[in-house]
Amino acid sequence: MTVTVPAQAAYLVAALLFIAALAGLSKHETAKVGLRYGMAGMAVALIATVWLAIDADIKDIGLVLLLVAVVIGAAIGIWRARIVEMTGMPELIALLHSFVGMAAVLVGWNGFLLVENDKNGEEALHLDVLGTLGIHHAEVMIGVFIGAVTFTGSIVAYLKLSGKIDSKPLMLPGKNLINVGSLVVFAGLTVWFCASPGIVPLILATILALALGWHLVASIGGGDMPVVVSMLNSYSGWAAAASGFLLENDALIITGALVGSSGAYLSYIMCQAMNRSFISVIAGGFGIEAPAGDGDTDYGEHREVDAEGAAELLKSAKSVIITPGYGMAVAQAQHGVADLTRKLRDAGVEVRFGIHPVAGRLPGHMNVLLAEAKVPYDIVLEMDEINDDFAETSVVLVIGANDTVNPAAADDPSSPIAGMPVLHVWESENVIVFKRSMASGYAGVQNPLFFRENTQMLFGDAKDRVEDILKAL
Amino acid sequence: MVIGVLREAQAGETRVAATPATVQQLLKLGYEVTVETGAGEASSFTDEAYTEAGATIGDPLAADVVFGVNAPARAQLDGLKPGATLIALLSPRLDQAMVDDLARRPITALSMDAVPRISRAQSLDVLSSMANIAGYRAVVEAAHTYGRFFTGQVTAAGKVNPAKILVAGVGVAGLAAIGAAGSMGAIVYATDPRPEVADQVKSLGGEYLSVESEEAQVSATGYAKEMSDDYNTRAAKLYAELATDVDIIITTALIPGRPAPTLITAEMVASMKPGSVIVDMAAQNGGNVEGTVKGEAVVTEGGVTILGFTDLAGRLPAQASQLYGTNLVNLMKLMTPEKDGVLVLDSEDVVQRGITVVDDGELAWPPPEVQVSAAPTAPPKEVAPPPPPKEPMSDTTRLGFVLAAAALFFGLVAISPEVLVPRLTVFALAIVIGYYVIGHVHHALHTPLMSVTNAISGIIVVGGLLQIGHSNDTITAVAFVAILFASINVFGGFAVTRRMLAMFSRS
Repeated sequence: MTVTVPAQAAYLVAALLFIAALAGLSKHETAKVGLRYGMAGMAVALIATVWLAIDADIKDIGLVLLLVAVVIGAAIGIWRARIVEMTGMPELIALLHSFVGMAAVLVGWNGFLLVENDKNGEEALHLDVLGTLGIHHAEVMIGVFIGAVTFTGSIVAYLKLSGKIDSKPLMLPGKNLINVGSLVVFAGLTVWFCASPGIVPLILATILALALGWHLVASIGGGDMPVVVSMLNSYSGWAAAASGFLLENDALIITGALVGSSGAYLSYIMCQAMNRSFISVIAGGFGIEAPAGDGDTDYGEHREVDAEGAAELLKSAKSVIITPGYGMAVAQAQHGVADLTRKLRDAGVEVRFGIHPVAGRLPGHMNVLLAEAKVPYDIVLEMDEINDDFAETSVVLVIGANDTVNPAAADDPSSPIAGMPVLHVWESENVIVFKRSMASGYAGVQNPLFFRENTQMLFGDAKDRVEDILKAL
Repeated sequence: MVIGVLREAQAGETRVAATPATVQQLLKLGYEVTVETGAGEASSFTDEAYTEAGATIGDPLAADVVFGVNAPARAQLDGLKPGATLIALLSPRLDQAMVDDLARRPITALSMDAVPRISRAQSLDVLSSMANIAGYRAVVEAAHTYGRFFTGQVTAAGKVNPAKILVAGVGVAGLAAIGAAGSMGAIVYATDPRPEVADQVKSLGGEYLSVESEEAQVSATGYAKEMSDDYNTRAAKLYAELATDVDIIITTALIPGRPAPTLITAEMVASMKPGSVIVDMAAQNGGNVEGTVKGEAVVTEGGVTILGFTDLAGRLPAQASQLYGTNLVNLMKLMTPEKDGVLVLDSEDVVQRGITVVDDGELAWPPPEVQVSAAPTAPPKEVAPPPPPKEPMSDTTRLGFVLAAAALFFGLVAISPEVLVPRLTVFALAIVIGYYVIGHVHHALHTPLMSVTNAISGIIVVGGLLQIGHSNDTITAVAFVAILFASINVFGGFAVTRRMLAMFSRS
């Protein structure tokens, strides 16, 4: 009996464990178990692979290098995961996606070096016998292409999220033509490469894909980053699946396809929440809608309130709903908000959180922050669960959210965000908006909420203001 | 500039135009404040409290800006400096003699009761803030006079039925009354010619009763207007029915500059149960109830008490002064754009223009009409209809698509080399599983789910592992880098997910 069959069995087990992991992570109760399944699956797959490698008479130096690489990678990964601020999570995840993309590119290139560049080598002859040499050519190209798009796309997403580059959408003329044109050129290069495998078309395809990945994500505004991160997650899955075809490895194919399709579905759910077209996200044509409403509309004047006033209002309230947004993450106000929640709950005030599906910069961003601050998750509700309750609520605290609570989305058909489901905070008796200034939100749309009669503005850093309220209480 | 605060000359006036709290705000705008001695006495604000807040006690008539509640007495007007600005409730719509008198003087006169009802001017709308207080007080007065509980109770001494209250006219005062009565436990009904107030009534716990009539009213000025005969007949029928049933009626129907409409006739009053109470908040302008005596409480032969108090807001003097004072502060904020204590009257601004009765000795009354934002005047602009929602695919179309896709897929797989088929099978099935497995993910778990899938996609490390140690050094080097990056992903992804999940807790 060769080692191949047990290895295949191990891959199958690993794949099943991954499925169990994803299923487990769909519910709170099973999330932690799900994570263990995932780790176990990964361990099984790695051990099987190393065994395969040893069995294939790996050179000693190779084995050493393998272990060194894994240890260094593990050390860096665990170190980063430990020190990352919960608010920096989106950046970290985007960066990790880029590593998968990078690895996929490298694996693809290695496939080329191993087979196409060594026409009389053992592998090439082996494939020729099987009659899949042509398929291999295409697989190299596709693997490298998807990997490279994921790589630069994730890098741009990382830079945008960490504020290292401007998060405004890049508006190149004829951007859709660029995207479609790139695909056509890539198809041409693939045909060229299959006909005569050489390094030139591969290099061209790599450069093209890197540029395309950059352009795709650069065209998307920072406000839509949650969907992009999720989409890149999906891309990284497809990249892994492509590598699996290349290496004839079922574990990679299954896992890649799992990640790819679940990531795509997650993005789809989020697109629906934002009322965006799924196709236009994948195509990177997200930011193309020009703002239709003019900025000159006079909404009147806003009213201000100070922390003491807000504290008074909260004290006399029967029920309070807090709707946090990216501003809370930026100001690191979640701990103060959690304290406030505890205090009010102790005083008999019903406090709940209303989370918009796209609040923050990645899906569930707010939930993670609130969980970090030990806010019990059963008072954290999603938009659909809580939207009907605003009318019976005494006070709504809008902390660093803007577009997700914009009434224009519901009642101004000319607004650029018209039709996007939003939290109906304005139906409550009082709204207090925590905000740094009167500037508009990520979508660049003025928010008539601030000028409503039941709205009061509390200006300043959300963290400081929350602490002021705590003092006043 | 100096702001002078008058002691009210009118008998029975309990309010004052500035409180210690608003004095502080005025000082912040750069003004000095002089308060007439004893000005705040009736509102329980002592001279000392004003001094502590930073005001001086002295002669307000010497000031550049003079605050009053009511129109000042003739003697006070004569004492004003030339060029002074007088700000008070001057009722220019009703009191032509006062307007003529003011116009003869070399002063600027601003009337706080002429603030146009636009959203922007809400913070200075005295009528609203006073009506709010008056509505509350009307309920308190009614409760004081009414010989029973408002709330229903079941006690050992027997069952108590809740009081039934009718509020006629749902303006600010009416809404305040509905809210106050509702919170005391009474059953509240409300009527108003404007059907759009139904939701407001409901939001305060009252029940809106509509007069069944074709004539729905959308008001352009924000106030109610007089109704046609047909409407009035139907309304009268409704009131007649209600009068026999309810215990308390609060009427708030006022039409600016016109006598108040009669809603409750003498017969209706007579049909009410003995001990019932009527509060006529329109008594100042003649009353909504037949038999109202302005400023007094009268008891009818049938034992119904009709309260015709006109000073309801003044019966909460400290509160009324505070709100009126704040309205004035808001006006000063508007008129002191530089916050340097210099008053600037901008006649281009509709709010400031609207309240100007006399501008530096020139008669400026009446101001041009202002259209309010409370209701659109013209039919709403043609709005492009929202694009029709995409119709869900019919079952047949869907089936067609699926079959076409299946055929295409069949074609692709059928022509692919034999060794590829098992891989494609696995690939296709895995895609479907991936879709279903996360179908019901709780949205709070999106991030952990994503970071776990991210970690799992680090499985690409397998690719590197299989390639490393090959005889070719370049390949080994490239594979080394690939393994390194993929391992960061695997370990980092799992570690970060673990950290996140550890935080989720249930209360």
